[in-house]
Amino acid sequence: MTAAVAAPRRIFSGLVKVRELGIILALVVLVGYTAASNPRFLSGQSIRDILLNTAILAVMAAGQAVVVITRNIDLSVGSVLSLSAFTVATLMSDNPGLPMVAAIAVGLVVGGAAGLLNGVLVRYGRVPALVVTLGTLYMFRGITYSWAGGQQVNADELPRHFLTFANDSILGVPWLVLIALVVVGGVSLLMRNYRMGRELYAMGSSPQAAELAGIKVARNLLGAFILSGALAGLAGVLFAARFGTVDAAAGTGLELNVVAAVVVGGVAVFGGSGTVWGAGLGALLLTVIGSALTVLDINQFWQQAIVGALIILAICADRLVAVRIARSLRKKDSHV
Amino acid sequence: MSELRKRLASWDSIIVLLTVFVLVVASFSVTNFGTSRNFTFLILDLLPIMLVALPMTFIIVTGEIDLSVASTLGLASSIMGYLWNQGLSIESIIPICIIAGAILGAINGFLVTGLGLPSLAVTIGTLALYRGLALVVLGDGAVADFPFSYTGWVTGTIGGGPVPNVLILIVVLAAVFGVILHATPFGRSLYAIGANAQAAHFSGIRVARTKFWLYVVSGAVAGLVGVLWTLRYSSARADNGAGLELAVVAAVLLGGVSIFGGKGSLPGVLAGVVLLAALQNALRLQDVSGQALNIVTGALLVLSVLLPNVATSIRTTWQRRRLRRAATV
Repeated sequence: MTAAVAAPRRIFSGLVKVRELGIILALVVLVGYTAASNPRFLSGQSIRDILLNTAILAVMAAGQAVVVITRNIDLSVGSVLSLSAFTVATLMSDNPGLPMVAAIAVGLVVGGAAGLLNGVLVRYGRVPALVVTLGTLYMFRGITYSWAGGQQVNADELPRHFLTFANDSILGVPWLVLIALVVVGGVSLLMRNYRMGRELYAMGSSPQAAELAGIKVARNLLGAFILSGALAGLAGVLFAARFGTVDAAAGTGLELNVVAAVVVGGVAVFGGSGTVWGAGLGALLLTVIGSALTVLDINQFWQQAIVGALIILAICADRLVAVRIARSLRKKDSHV
Repeated sequence: MSELRKRLASWDSIIVLLTVFVLVVASFSVTNFGTSRNFTFLILDLLPIMLVALPMTFIIVTGEIDLSVASTLGLASSIMGYLWNQGLSIESIIPICIIAGAILGAINGFLVTGLGLPSLAVTIGTLALYRGLALVVLGDGAVADFPFSYTGWVTGTIGGGPVPNVLILIVVLAAVFGVILHATPFGRSLYAIGANAQAAHFSGIRVARTKFWLYVVSGAVAGLVGVLWTLRYSSARADNGAGLELAVVAAVLLGGVSIFGGKGSLPGVLAGVVLLAALQNALRLQDVSGQALNIVTGALLVLSVLLPNVATSIRTTWQRRRLRRAATV
């Protein structure tokens, strides 16, 4: 009896571990192969570039992972990024004296407000998250466009301390990477060890059961969307600081890469499973693939196709795990 | 059930009335909106959304979704440009593009019905995959030297009048899809699948097979639209039609089709497409920039689902209050 109960649990935990392990393995193989054919892939500058490019994607993926775990989706993140980036860039070019902390705060607030709107429409308007965030993807982008018109904020209009922020580092770790690590680590911890995190998993596993169990579904759902929006807003600030040039088209189509990072990172689209640090690893994998293509001299155009294929592969893997768990549970039932 | 049907009918009529209202107001208040030249442009502009919306309506009625349509369109356009560069004739390229679209749709269909994967995630994946393949096939260049006999037909009008040739295509396809959805057992079975797939399965409807073929048709139509798009702008590019899936889904939901499946009608969708296109056309004539129009499209998409929900909840609170009052009296 105890053996019968223990066996599926072992399979289950084993498979869950395999997901993140699989990404790490894929990363090791990819980096190893690329480095073998071109050692410069592992030079300090190259690694630094990869980490800087991962940082923005990973910050957004952390927020998206939380939303997907609750069995929702936030497609508006690319547009929130551009709204926040343009707001902050305009603000900084008008008030060069403002400290970096203020810029980050403004980005978080702009993004958080956008997330709040998404959350309210999903929860209180009872409109599916897909429809809401598809709509706000359009709306936020449109707002940025009608505000910016054809103009862009150029690097020479921005204060120096804002631009150097992206390249400054403490103890050799760039600020951007440090922020991404803190965000991914912090949100992972929140989801793993804190009450709200566990409640979000419960909501994703079964929304009705979560409601009946007395979980404050509305508050948590709003929290998840605000977090996703705020992190997209933060990513906007990082984007503006890193690239210096911001126009209304910034981050167009980025939502695809963010969703890809999350799904590839092992967060199931049915909600209720996956980890935030897995999503962070997914973001790293996608960026490494992009860099590896350049280093291996493979046509850059393949990158998007590979992202698409990876998304489909990842969903297939999730499905396989789900089917296997269901089978092992059924086997357990038949023994009893 | 009759209550439901009444509400559906009312949403359909609301959207049709709103469309007529927008058309009338725009032709009186917006300069150049009511001209025959603008009518031609309006039809040409709504052509891609209209055609792709037809199979999309079927798919959403069964409770699924296909977000890969615009990428299928782009890949078909890339293939067209590539084959034209290889020296194939247009007559053989067009069927190849439509078949290519059908195959891409079949891949979606297999992933959704054969492997049982969620259609939203699958088609987000193939959205990226097909667009990526389009880039691989044609790169970031463009192929533009298509023969005028074909590009001229797509942009031309019947006898030089205001009615574009492509309107024939729209009318024929809309009629075919409309009859299938509303006047055949197959059409009814789509509603049954959307309302409750399990119950539909137990009443003898081949749910998986039906959904599979819907994806094939959706892909084929997207392939056809890829050809028309290429001919209309006389330019085969990998990024043709990027983002069109959002406009199509917006138009279908605006037309009163429920995102949860099981509800909606084709006349509503037609009105939704015309409303969206007319609004954009009128605003553009008033020099509102194309990108700012996104605010309108996005807001309409959200409102089309939000308003019926709000109306229902207001009605239920009202009814409950009336019942309570009746109970106290």
